[in-house]
Amino acid sequence: MGTNGQTQASNAHLTTPTRLTGAEILWATLVGEGVTTVFGYPGGAILPAYDALRKFPIHHVLVRHEQGAAHMADGYARASGKVGVAIATSGPGATNLVTGIATAMLDSIPMVCVTGNVSSKVLGTDAFQEVDITGITLPVTKHNFLVNRTEDLAPALRHAFQIAVSGRPGPVLVDITKDAQQGTAIFDFAAAKPRPYRPHPMLCVEESGLAHAAELIRNAKRPVILAGHGIMESGAMEQVRTLAERAQIPVGLTLLGLGGFPASHPLNLGMMGMHGEAWLNHAIQEADLLIACGMRFDDRVTGSTSTYALKAKKIHIEVDPAEINKNIKVDVALVGDLREVLEKLLPLIPGRDGSAWLKTIDSSKGAVAVRDIKNLPDDGHLYAAHVIHDLWRITGGNAIVVTDVGQHQMWEAQYYHHEKPRTLITSGGLGTMGFALPAAIGAKFACPDREIWVVAGDGGFQMTAAELSTIVQEGIKINIAIINNGYLGMVRQWQEFFYEGNYQSTPLLSPDFVKLADAHGIAGRAVRARAEVAGAVAAARSAPGTFLLNFLVEKEESVYPMIPAGSALHEMIRRPGNDPLLELPDDK
Amino acid sequence: MLHTFVAYVEDLPGVLTRVASLFRRLNININSLTVGRSERAGLSRLTLVCEASAEAGHRIRASLFKLENVVDVDDIAQAPSVTRELALIKVAASPRTRSQVFELVEVFRARIVDLAPESLMIEMTGVESKIEGLIQVLNEGEERVLEICRSGKMTMRRGHHTSSVLKAMGAGSSESPEPAEPDSEPVETLEDAAANEPE
Repeated sequence: MGTNGQTQASNAHLTTPTRLTGAEILWATLVGEGVTTVFGYPGGAILPAYDALRKFPIHHVLVRHEQGAAHMADGYARASGKVGVAIATSGPGATNLVTGIATAMLDSIPMVCVTGNVSSKVLGTDAFQEVDITGITLPVTKHNFLVNRTEDLAPALRHAFQIAVSGRPGPVLVDITKDAQQGTAIFDFAAAKPRPYRPHPMLCVEESGLAHAAELIRNAKRPVILAGHGIMESGAMEQVRTLAERAQIPVGLTLLGLGGFPASHPLNLGMMGMHGEAWLNHAIQEADLLIACGMRFDDRVTGSTSTYALKAKKIHIEVDPAEINKNIKVDVALVGDLREVLEKLLPLIPGRDGSAWLKTIDSSKGAVAVRDIKNLPDDGHLYAAHVIHDLWRITGGNAIVVTDVGQHQMWEAQYYHHEKPRTLITSGGLGTMGFALPAAIGAKFACPDREIWVVAGDGGFQMTAAELSTIVQEGIKINIAIINNGYLGMVRQWQEFFYEGNYQSTPLLSPDFVKLADAHGIAGRAVRARAEVAGAVAAARSAPGTFLLNFLVEKEESVYPMIPAGSALHEMIRRPGNDPLLELPDDK
Repeated sequence: MLHTFVAYVEDLPGVLTRVASLFRRLNININSLTVGRSERAGLSRLTLVCEASAEAGHRIRASLFKLENVVDVDDIAQAPSVTRELALIKVAASPRTRSQVFELVEVFRARIVDLAPESLMIEMTGVESKIEGLIQVLNEGEERVLEICRSGKMTMRRGHHTSSVLKAMGAGSSESPEPAEPDSEPVETLEDAAANEPE
């Protein structure tokens, strides 16, 4: 990090046009865009940039693999709502970013990735560590730039930031040739401002659509609000809550919507979809009106689309016109920013009595909720659900939980009750194993004062475990809970249900994670019984540094309920021993 | 159904890849694609024809707009429009057999633009069906078709016609937004005549 004097010198560049090298322009522009932390890995083609870094007030986190850099930038963005920045060199450095970029693309995360490339005169010659990264990332970025002239650098970077955050957010890659970093140009931050943001021309919120939506809501007998990631991206928490409370409409959330509506709210029905709450999935199938807010009817949410919510009219409030009628045909589309649309819609929504429908849903929860696994007496087995439930209780639901992908991710979604937005960070759309540890590091840099928990499986954790060194080098504290069942658990579950229990290539040998942590200078503890959970969680929380808990849980436990891929939303596989839900009375 | 999109895109390297890549992702085959300069500085105009379901039009247009370099997109769909294609066709023909080709060219209102001892080149502008027709007749004839080069379709919406203009064109007095037949015959005749004026 630069000294104060250097800091001031670099900030002066932002107000006075100055001749700088491309490398300096890169950092000066990032400073101008408000960037304080970047995640990266140096190499030949990005060396000029790294050489200039010491002059600028930007903290660089050295990762152990560029995939980690992309996930950290992603976690940083998800936790803060700001743009995350990842840096890599050309060739393999750039290609290692791709999984992280695609993860951000599928979940609409604002991110700018900067890569070095070979000098412009050898571009296209298969030079050492040359790769066509703008070509490779074209389908997994919102946009990308190849910059081979120093004077183009600042405008491209500023444009990249604008694209990343505008409309439906997403990742942008800026590939900079080595000679563009080495050359000089007049840096004029203000003049490099991109053209005014042009909203998607097909955004459309008409009076007639609003009136139609309001009428559907007024007349609905069995309405459900389906709220997704758009609540957070748009900052529409209050508006969704007002709509739900005023019209007494229950709210179901997508995985990425968790936290957008308080878990403890009486109108919250929990998560919908493949591993969603049974009462909510049934309610959706019985509903006469669905109000989809900032969600995209993903296949994990709908089950079979041909049998999805056939009795319901559908209102879709969505910022991306390309999502309208993509998976589910809707009756009213209000295409615009969720908060703005709801602010226009709310004045048309009067108070409404929803008690009959709420009572029906409530009665369908019945015994299932009471006999839930978390309420079962301690029979000596350690279930992942216990671990997550206890973690929720002990942290008071106030931690930022960063999950990996698989069974533990679904248990987290079911048993950790998120009250506030941006407290669950998880790879939803792409389902990227190895996401949790690096994303948690990014989240910690975004929110240094928050309690951060990694919840990962034994499989996914090993994909990016090398980032433990990054944690130590940076001296940060996060807590790590490995839900260790000795299997690639979700795949095993599918093998159990759909492949006659042929556990091909899912049993998994792992290192002793506590020793692995110890080798990094990180404290840890193995946990084998439920009685030990609370003490272990408390020990991790009170430890001054990062702490790893290796929860050795029941090996062949499955996530329930489960909708088999391609089945209808109500055709759930239920936990053995739990009665199926009572059929909902037909109140037509 | 057949979709025709007209788009204005920035005239920059890689823009065509972005457009084409979108269709590749959606697993939609591009039947034809023409690109050239437009009346707007720095912008190219492209006409893209593809086969996709009727509902796909909205999503394709919305997705095209999401591309940073795409400035404007028009889904021509069934709107009244003029569509043309240019074809260059090289036919093997000796001085002895040329006259048959000359006759065909006359009938189809095409033109001979190159004449060599062993071959000649035909230029033809028109709707797809006419070009197909000429090629078919040539293939059925004695002369061998050596090369065919087709531009793909170019499409432009018709102006907002007043009833008197429509009447003058012999297209009836209705201003129906229904496409009727794009390239309906009477209009075709007028424009073909114009298109075939000698240079």
